[in-house]
Amino acid sequence: MRLAWWKISSILLLCYAVAGGMLLPVPALSQLGETIRNLYFHVCMWFAMMILFTISIIYSIKYLNKSDLRHDIKAKSYAAVGTYMGLLGYSTGAIWASFTWADPNNPAYASFGSIMREPKLIGAAMALLIYGAYFILRSSIKDMDQRARVSAVYNVFAYTMLFPSIWIIPRLLPSLHPGQEGNPALNFNDIDSRMRMVFYPAVLGWTLLGAWITTLKIRIELIQEKKILTNEK
Amino acid sequence: MKSKILSFLLSMGILTSKAQQTVQTSTTMADGMRSNGKIYVVVAVLLTILLGLIAYVIRIDKKVSRLEKDSKQE
Repeated sequence: MRLAWWKISSILLLCYAVAGGMLLPVPALSQLGETIRNLYFHVCMWFAMMILFTISIIYSIKYLNKSDLRHDIKAKSYAAVGTYMGLLGYSTGAIWASFTWADPNNPAYASFGSIMREPKLIGAAMALLIYGAYFILRSSIKDMDQRARVSAVYNVFAYTMLFPSIWIIPRLLPSLHPGQEGNPALNFNDIDSRMRMVFYPAVLGWTLLGAWITTLKIRIELIQEKKILTNEK
Repeated sequence: MKSKILSFLLSMGILTSKAQQTVQTSTTMADGMRSNGKIYVVVAVLLTILLGLIAYVIRIDKKVSRLEKDSKQE
């Protein structure tokens, strides 16, 4: 079996992101130090999540147009892997924040209290919980067509809720998290040009890996649901 | 099981903040580590893990391809 070109490029880009991310020079910033290299991994999780959620809502709208169960399976799988990426982004952010935001002079629980009040963290948690509800909603409806239709509509709602929760509210409120004035990591003025050389390939690599895992999920499910799908057509 | 792993990761992040007791005055970058070449050890470990995981994904990919072939012949 030959791997598709985008799978090979995902592998190469990720190897470059890890090796380049560790070895290439980064700006020396106080507070952050070498942890700035987390940009190539933590931030990429959120970028990949957004892209996968966007693909998911496209398939949901396609389902509402055509009522093809294949589109529902695809929408669900992209949302699932996107949520997983989001959870990874959240937990890596928790580790990163505990080293750069936590005040070493305070006890850990005091720092934790102020970190958890961060609007960006609350917004991201909201977005992930809304997508969590998407899967609970799916599992609570037995009838396949009804489940597909209701969850496609809910997916449109969940995607639109991303905008206030992770794009708008965090920009209105003061936060320790970078990027309040614009788009974190995309702004040409606040990301060092040396870092952009690794960051963009890393985003692409992680997104392609997410898409690869999603296609595997979709293909397995299509085999499982083959009977229903062939009867339908 | 999954939720256990996740809560472990989160609590690990919280607990490690306690270990960080010293205040840094100047930015110290890991230059020393790079100059004596040991950072390459880290890169090797990371690449091994990454390639190992990707090899696993490739294996699953192959398996799914075979299943697709089988289910077409039925």
